Amino acid sequence: MPRCLLRDRQIVVDEWRYAAEAGADGAEPLIVTFDQWRAEPKTLLARGGRLGIVLAPAHRIEQLAPDLAHFALIAVEFPGPAEGRGYTQARLLRERWNFKGELRATGHVRRDQLFFMARCGFNSFELPETELKDAAAAFSTFSAAYQPSNDLGLAFRLRPGTPASA
Amino acid sequence: MYRYDLTDKTLVQERVAQFRDQTQRFLAGLLSEDEFRHLRLRNGLYIQRHAPMLRVAIPYGLLSSAQLRTLARIARRYDRGYGHFTTRQNIQYNWPKLEQVPDILAELAEVEMHAIQTSGNCIRNVTSDHLAGVTPHELEDPRPWCEIIRQWSSFHPEFTYLPRKFKIAVTGAPQDRAASLVHDVGVHIVRGPGGDLGFEILAGGGLGRTPVIGQVVREFLPRQHLLSYLEAILRVYNLEGRRDNLTKARIKILVRSLGLEEFKKRVEAEWELLRETGPRVDDAQIARMRAFFDPPAYRALPDGEPDAGKETAFRAWYRYNTAAHKVSGYRAVFVSLKKPDMPPGDATDAQMELIAHLADRYSFGEVRVTHTQNLLLADVEQGKCYELWQALEGAGLATPNIGTLTDIICCPGLDFCSLANAGSIDVAKLINERFDDYDYIYDLGELDVKMSGCMNACGHHHVGNIGILGVDKGGEEWYQITIGGAAGADASLGSVIGPSVAKTQVPETIARLLDVYVEQRQPEERFLDTVRRLGVKPFKERVYATLLAA
Repeated sequence: MPRCLLRDRQIVVDEWRYAAEAGADGAEPLIVTFDQWRAEPKTLLARGGRLGIVLAPAHRIEQLAPDLAHFALIAVEFPGPAEGRGYTQARLLRERWNFKGELRATGHVRRDQLFFMARCGFNSFELPETELKDAAAAFSTFSAAYQPSNDLGLAFRLRPGTPASA
Repeated sequence: MYRYDLTDKTLVQERVAQFRDQTQRFLAGLLSEDEFRHLRLRNGLYIQRHAPMLRVAIPYGLLSSAQLRTLARIARRYDRGYGHFTTRQNIQYNWPKLEQVPDILAELAEVEMHAIQTSGNCIRNVTSDHLAGVTPHELEDPRPWCEIIRQWSSFHPEFTYLPRKFKIAVTGAPQDRAASLVHDVGVHIVRGPGGDLGFEILAGGGLGRTPVIGQVVREFLPRQHLLSYLEAILRVYNLEGRRDNLTKARIKILVRSLGLEEFKKRVEAEWELLRETGPRVDDAQIARMRAFFDPPAYRALPDGEPDAGKETAFRAWYRYNTAAHKVSGYRAVFVSLKKPDMPPGDATDAQMELIAHLADRYSFGEVRVTHTQNLLLADVEQGKCYELWQALEGAGLATPNIGTLTDIICCPGLDFCSLANAGSIDVAKLINERFDDYDYIYDLGELDVKMSGCMNACGHHHVGNIGILGVDKGGEEWYQITIGGAAGADASLGSVIGPSVAKTQVPETIARLLDVYVEQRQPEERFLDTVRRLGVKPFKERVYATLLAA
């Protein structure tokens, strides 16, 4: 069954396949692991299709940075509900390394995290099927924010930054 | 004090709606226990021994009288008629019903209060000096900076799933009344080399299983960079702090394992990249925030002690329960929540309402919570202190013991907390029963006794001049005693005196420690200084010389 996910606030059928998934041989577009990329970048590039890569919590963005241009998608992994490194990884990818492709949250992703994830720069979310339908409401959990971040669509204003006259 | 604008109000109301939805989904079986745990903890809700425990944020300990009245009403309506003030200047309710928590939050929101980030692995409620803005010798009132940090840290998208909890304390005076050296980050307002005010930043302090005194990571940070520097520290911590072991996940462990120099290097490197792009606080913003904390309309009054002719009880109270004020004719007045037969830090709904009334009448409608679990009316005319004392005395709120042996910091312990190994409240009671002679207590002078019912150290036992830690020994409650800890600017960790003692032996143990002090002290020497001078040995020898009477 094809996977559905939330991308740019729409429920869409995922056209990407993870390398470990059944039927991924020759699939395009393909999401590879960090190790696969490290082992055979040339082979993967020679395929010619779009490539994505999985970033685990312990991976450092600096390790990936030189190769960023090859990827149309980065899937940041959240192994459990307490994992929080992905939020920093997302901000670094967007703000420091200017990554413009699809930034996907994968693993333990629930609607209650979406507001924060979106503010950090994620634009696609692999949610459990049961949560998919109502999850988009979570993007508007809060109508403002106290910090500048990497919002896609959410209007923020830096509250300590509000001038005295405002 | 800070007043919400429309955005603040909206955000807090949206939080209530979010939590109501999360609670309903949990009760409907759509969220698992574990999933809900991560969500409710970020809203101050623990599942405790008897019922859920709800911790409500009192940002840097500052309350309006209207807020205190709401806290009283919540205690009456949703709890059993009392609340417990904590070492982090918050209040805890021990008996709310889970399904009513969203309603409690809605009532709090009406008076600009919430339970946001009062627990969970996120940036917690920022704490400060309870004498902020009124104490002489202060370089600058830290509260505008606390509010800036409160706003910046609320719902911070990047730092809401940290390896572990993260506590920040801010002080502006040379005396440290906020225990900032045992916080994950301590922010001290200091004067820089050019004469400008800025911050000294400490990191890596903390209590719990592995107590550590914070270390300076930056001697001087220009003020406009406070938030970007905090982001740099948090970013390094978020990426590199341990997540595989809960007991090794605090920033103190990261600082220790990297070493201070390497930690500093990484923070500075991150900050170099953040200082221009990260949040910046400019002068207009500082001025706007400061305006919220402008001094109240003090009257021009001569400085003078209230009538010396008043009764002895009042004079003792005035001496111990009031503190110097920077404005002539005023005192800061402690409301003692350490009545011998009451659990330390507890206040009833009626007491809270009375204190709110007294705040309106005598102290510009504001009340503060101290980290030592008392309340404070910060701006009382000296000439009104006698009236105020009478009103407090009548409500059991004038126990003249601030800063003395019986002003005990104490966690809720085994009676309420599901983490505790042993009772705390009943030990405090035993100590109070044993030491009820005020001449003796006053003769001992300044003395901090701090007690925790378990290793988590909510009662700050490591930094008590006398620390008491509850331990479980084969299902029995025993107590490990430390001496020589301190929480102020000269913070130190206490040393264990020897084998733990039974509950009924705690008062006798303390008596023996105090005997050594009384015999060996030099003129004007505090208990802490005698311990520092003599070391643990003579105290240990005395305590264990003969069998401890129960």
